[in-house]
Amino acid sequence: MKGRSIALAIALVACASGTMAAKKNEDAPRSNPSAEPENPYPSTYQPYPGVATAIRGATIFDGEGGRIDNGIVFLSGGKIVSVGGPDTPIPADIAIFDGTGKFVTPGVIDIHSHLGDYPSPSVAALSDGNEATAPVTAHVWAEHSIWPQDAGFGRALANGGVTSLQILPGSANLFGGRGVTLKNVPARTMQGMKFPGAPSSLKMACGENPKRVYGARNREPATRMGNMAVNRQTWIKAREYQKKRAAAQPQTRDLGLETLADVLEGKILVHNHCYRADEMANVIDMGKGFGYKVTAFHHAVESYKIADLLKENGICSAMWGDWYGFKMEAYDGIKENLPLVHNAGACAIVHSDDENGIQRLNQEAAKAIGAGRRMGINILDEIAWTWLAINPARAMGIAEQTGSLKVGKMADVVLWNGNPFSTYTRPEKVWIDGALLYDANDPRRRPVSDFELGQIGAGDVK
Amino acid sequence: MMLWVPAFSQTIAITGATLAIGDGSEPVRNGTVVIAAGKVVAAGPGVAVPAGAKTIDASGKWVTPGLVSGFSRVGLVEVPGVTETNDSSASKSPFSAAIDIEPAINPLANPVAISRTAGVTRAVVVPAASGNIFAGQGAIVDLGADMNPITKARAFQFVEMGEDGASKAGGSRPAAYLLFKAMLREAQDYARAPASYDGRSKDALLMRADAQALGPVVNGQMPLMVHVESGRDILSVLALKKDFPALRLILAGATEGWMVAAQIAAAKVPVIAGGLDDLPSSFEKLAATQSNVGRMVKAGVPVSMGLMDRDEGLQLRLATQQAGNMVALNKVPGATGLSWGQALRTITSAPAEAMGLGDRIGSLKAGKAGDVVIWDGDPLEMESAPVAVWIDGVQQPLDNRQTKLRDRYATPVPGALPKAYEW
Repeated sequence: MKGRSIALAIALVACASGTMAAKKNEDAPRSNPSAEPENPYPSTYQPYPGVATAIRGATIFDGEGGRIDNGIVFLSGGKIVSVGGPDTPIPADIAIFDGTGKFVTPGVIDIHSHLGDYPSPSVAALSDGNEATAPVTAHVWAEHSIWPQDAGFGRALANGGVTSLQILPGSANLFGGRGVTLKNVPARTMQGMKFPGAPSSLKMACGENPKRVYGARNREPATRMGNMAVNRQTWIKAREYQKKRAAAQPQTRDLGLETLADVLEGKILVHNHCYRADEMANVIDMGKGFGYKVTAFHHAVESYKIADLLKENGICSAMWGDWYGFKMEAYDGIKENLPLVHNAGACAIVHSDDENGIQRLNQEAAKAIGAGRRMGINILDEIAWTWLAINPARAMGIAEQTGSLKVGKMADVVLWNGNPFSTYTRPEKVWIDGALLYDANDPRRRPVSDFELGQIGAGDVK
Repeated sequence: MMLWVPAFSQTIAITGATLAIGDGSEPVRNGTVVIAAGKVVAAGPGVAVPAGAKTIDASGKWVTPGLVSGFSRVGLVEVPGVTETNDSSASKSPFSAAIDIEPAINPLANPVAISRTAGVTRAVVVPAASGNIFAGQGAIVDLGADMNPITKARAFQFVEMGEDGASKAGGSRPAAYLLFKAMLREAQDYARAPASYDGRSKDALLMRADAQALGPVVNGQMPLMVHVESGRDILSVLALKKDFPALRLILAGATEGWMVAAQIAAAKVPVIAGGLDDLPSSFEKLAATQSNVGRMVKAGVPVSMGLMDRDEGLQLRLATQQAGNMVALNKVPGATGLSWGQALRTITSAPAEAMGLGDRIGSLKAGKAGDVVIWDGDPLEMESAPVAVWIDGVQQPLDNRQTKLRDRYATPVPGALPKAYEW
């Protein structure tokens, strides 16, 4: 981790001043049997080969709010080489697809998924999403639960045009553990999917889940005040750990506190499951008190009540199109949440938290667009696409590599067979890093996971 | 909350709209619907407006019958996660098949109003099984803003087979089929001689009330809705008719129905399916595909759509999304979708017919209930919404808690008084 290398650098500076303690400290990571490499489970993802490709004549939503009619997108070497109007120059000897009547967008990014950790089939033997054994499990990493053979990845690709997704641990715990960002490519290992260079995240949860899970066991937290108290006590410990680490003072390595210290140093992004407006406000102030910032509230069904506060604090809201009422803290969910948050100038994201919803995030956005328009908030389609592209990319710390059709970015691209906000539209082709990994017209360009191989239904269009 | 006072039922003519009847036919332009005395009088492209009718110009809009949810728990549940508000199952009840959901249906539950606002006017309401394979007797309801929600009480019995049934029967499918047959035979015993039925000893599988409730199921007076998913289980359920020939089966779920569609069609058994389930989410759904509905329809199975896995108490409005996606499949090589008219049929007349109410509700045919929706656009598009809804010819309110929350927080900052004073 970067955190450790900075601590080491500080130790080296101390060493220059000549103290023996610092010298010992410098050697510690190598001699310590609990030491790990800085990046112990590195990405082994390699883009699959693609061919230079252009799509001509389609309507382009660039993912940052731009729209080009009758446009050209040119991909080569796994990157976006150019995006522009009909006169955009492209080489003559490349694969050219006619996009007339179709739409091109950057790949959909889901900021909240449990694919791989809660895979299909959802039998107990494969249920690995919640380490629900203690309210604070900041030491667990969701990536270590991921089963790459979850058929859900392929469905998210073929039906949803999803090219990147963040897998979070579940929400039984106040501190659920680390999340990981994946490229949506089939692979033999989790590491083969791991998005190169994407920052880690910390999953936190407000409200009913932690208090229900631990209250039912007659232990803390059993209430919302218990949630906050355990959170604050944990941050106090994390603060102390981080201070010692930054000062290179000896202490036993603690995986959970290491994660939290990285949060306090701004290296890990906080993704906080939180439904209610009043609880989000408490969390915002808790963050100020301990010196960290929530990157995005997830499941934020009441963000519309505090859109001003969220804007003021620069916090994104990851939201569903129309979920409401399934538990008390979701009771005030409304379809206008996304447009109200967006209209207030705050960051709006569509998320799924669902193996079926991830296949239709475009349609979830469409529900919100329609609801917004009926109340007089007319958000253009190309602007709304930011909810599915650049906004989640920013909140996941990968916006420099993907999340929009900008020159030099990863060629993560979807060709839709109509307006992607229409129910009647499906992905026709999906490229990831310029490799064509789904093609509706080619039965061989359709992933069949190991689990599905040889089973009834394998290879069906789905 | 102020109760809605329904407008007096009068003759209404809705003109100029793109009109879909709901019977499987494709929509027509410039159609007219006439409603009088709570019923549809006529609907089509050349229908004349009767003298004295209140005319509503729906040019540029769409008109359909009210949506019928083929599988729901609307009105049985307010907040699924809050057990006090959830009457869909009774894990500690000594009774099973005798449970009758009629008195629990709450027409003032918020999900009723939210679903009505989305154009759902009728719903099949299904009890959930808990301690026993039999869940009890479901109902057909309307979603009108009044205190009389019941279209048909005790409309069917619901039973779990497949994986859920196996679990409730003690742990295996063989145990579930044995239990099913043994219970129905006890119901026959009861029917033959109620007074001598042994419903209290340890040997009895059924309480007296449950045995009585299963009588109409065995003799075919009451349909039996069976939740089953795999192709193999579907065939096993169809085979139950060898032992109980009068059974009137309705299959619910049937994720792998496409694999045995010919047999389902030959048995003339209606199916209520989920539509968008395409994941091998369990071993009984390995062959899940969104083409399931299309392939069954193509094979001649009468298919309706409902909500099978969750959200069935809250999200009846997802019907249009399910239907729209069936249409989208037509553009995917290798997939089997539905025409627009067929897709609408799966969420209107098909569920009505499956429940034996095809002569009363589900389409805009003369004589059917005046359940009509005017939409601001194509109803199967997610950006569209109803602008007017009638149930039994009575125009319905289209506001609800959600519209009020929306209006209250259109700007989040309070004015001269707190938000609590904006209502």
